[in-house]
Amino acid sequence: MAIWVDEDSKVLIQGITGKQGTFHGTRMLRYNTNVVGGVTPGKGGQKIDLEGNEVPVFNTMSEAVSQTGADVSAIYVPARFAAGAIHEAAEAFNENGGGLIVCITEGIPTLDMIKAVDKVKQYDGVRLIGPNCPGIISPGFDGGCKVGIMPAFIHKKGRIGIVSKSGTLTYEAVAQTMSVNEGQTTCVGIGGDPVSGTGFIDCLEAFENDPETVAVVMIGEIGGSAEEDAAEWVKENMSKPVVGFVAGSTAPPGKRMGHAGAIISGGKGTASEKFVAFEKAGIYVARDPSEIGRVLVGALTDAGLRET
Amino acid sequence: MNIHEYQAKEMFREFGVNVLEGVHCKSVEEAIEAYDSLGSKIVAVKSQIHAGGRGKGILYDPYSGEEVMKGGVKIAFSRGDVQEFSKNICGNKLVTKQTGPSGKIVTNMYVESGCDIDHEFYLAILVDRDRKSVLVMASTEGGVDIEEVAEKTPEAIHKIWADPSNGLAMDDCESLSKSLGITGDSAKELVNMIESLYRMFLERDCSMIEINPLVRTKDGTMIALDAKVSLDENANFRHPWREEVRDLSEEEDVEIRANDLGLSYVKLDGNIGCLVNGAGLAMASMDVIKLYGGEPANFLDIGGGATLESITAAFQIILEDENVEGILVNIFGGIIRCDMVARSVIEASKEIGLDVPLVVRFSGTNNEEGKAILDGSDISIHTVSSLSEGARKIVECIGGGV
Repeated sequence: MAIWVDEDSKVLIQGITGKQGTFHGTRMLRYNTNVVGGVTPGKGGQKIDLEGNEVPVFNTMSEAVSQTGADVSAIYVPARFAAGAIHEAAEAFNENGGGLIVCITEGIPTLDMIKAVDKVKQYDGVRLIGPNCPGIISPGFDGGCKVGIMPAFIHKKGRIGIVSKSGTLTYEAVAQTMSVNEGQTTCVGIGGDPVSGTGFIDCLEAFENDPETVAVVMIGEIGGSAEEDAAEWVKENMSKPVVGFVAGSTAPPGKRMGHAGAIISGGKGTASEKFVAFEKAGIYVARDPSEIGRVLVGALTDAGLRET
Repeated sequence: MNIHEYQAKEMFREFGVNVLEGVHCKSVEEAIEAYDSLGSKIVAVKSQIHAGGRGKGILYDPYSGEEVMKGGVKIAFSRGDVQEFSKNICGNKLVTKQTGPSGKIVTNMYVESGCDIDHEFYLAILVDRDRKSVLVMASTEGGVDIEEVAEKTPEAIHKIWADPSNGLAMDDCESLSKSLGITGDSAKELVNMIESLYRMFLERDCSMIEINPLVRTKDGTMIALDAKVSLDENANFRHPWREEVRDLSEEEDVEIRANDLGLSYVKLDGNIGCLVNGAGLAMASMDVIKLYGGEPANFLDIGGGATLESITAAFQIILEDENVEGILVNIFGGIIRCDMVARSVIEASKEIGLDVPLVVRFSGTNNEEGKAILDGSDISIHTVSSLSEGARKIVECIGGGV
């Protein structure tokens, strides 16, 4: 098992005829992701060829979901249309038994996201991951389910869950698990924007409840207090070991470090505060991402899940 | 993106938020003219820079470095005062708690009428990341740092939240005003002001509006005495007017250039340059350099769409910083292929003459090919396989570290 997506997930691509949608849609298919169609307004009824795979294009999410039975959508539309795409996907999934929306798009206005997140929250069976994230991947035995832009080949099916605010640092964490011969159940990039859907706690809770996941690697970064809240949750609720790293110890205050949300404001949101919260919650801390593998082995050994 | 106080107040006027009369000036002559036109016995002469803490800042002569005047915001009681203060402000360097020691040259001033202050409050509208909604925050303690108030007297701070679909509730605004001890007509004025500011926050895609102080005058009028407005840059596409209020002199020249190339660059004080893909990994690379005894010279994320041109430009930008003694390249290939980055490194070194030690770590897409290209080239590059190895190596190369 994995969390939220697996080999049975039926995936739609919003913006499938755009450059990004076609490029990443092709790579998702290569990994054996079950891509059942896509949406581009005005291009409904066409077929798009993704390396020999003919995929139907629909005008609306509502049509696409009802006709394909999809339960996952990946959004690759430009920032100015992305929030609208989230609203549309949320309504379509809500009418058809629920679903997962993965918004890859970067640069969506914060006020648009406040509305979009509020919309998704009104529908019980609908979940949003992102925006501004690499997506979610659950490796399988032969490929797996990749909904996003991560390099699939670095992953392998296994028993570690990964959740991260950052893209390439997620890949680093994946490589670290592989370096100690551990694979992953699911890797979730939740994105680095100030307002987004799924957070650390949602992921931790899902991993805690997933029988195949035995331990979690959590990667945070400066800004906000999501890491502190997650640490508190781990302390109260988590029975599985968690390994943590926070990026941005050397970031100067008041400067945005690439991600819109990665900023220390008013002396709050520093990496050192987050590391302290992690340590207090019994999270196994790696101060160097290249040490995540070694720290993970220690955590697994302590839990009796591995002999060094 | 930040704007100046005088620009923020212009926006306030448009939305019906009470501000005093004032004039934007760029010279001593204009400041005196402004004083004459305002017809107010007492005026404030205010330095216009984006950083806060102007009142307690110090002005220095940018050439001699000598102190010129204490306080970047001065109360003038006469025409002579205005002349003296504006002369001391204009063209000089203002150093505040927020500018850092390098300070900011002041080229814009704002001359504003005075008023009789009865009490100073604090009012701000911002995005609450945890609640995922817009927050209105107010305090009875105006004119001081809100962080300080939050620390020492948190009970003085009151908050209400806007509903994402229904906006601010009238009842909430009224109770906020009550918690601040504001009553009668002043309370009505405050509620109107909050509603106008909230409308402005939405219509102009702000990320923060801060009024510190918000004052109640002796006759009970509520006035925004200061105004700090930040705009959400992600919304630039629907606000073409922003080009006109943007003050490029307030932004680091090199950061603007980097931005135009799709790079995200922040200069730091160390001597090890970093070139990385991804914001999180770029921060982590800086952290690990520091962990092994080095000091990062910059944050640099080349982004997912990097090209040979943008990578060459990235090296150029790193090397413009004369503190840089070595560079660590850390790429985890996803969409970006390591072989492309390797070719760019070689091109860049030919084009701009990379004469500092270079350590390259490749992982992910085509990392073997990338490494082979570098190892087969005639330029001196250390290739390593992990971030910590890379950080240790570059620290060792420049002869530092623990």
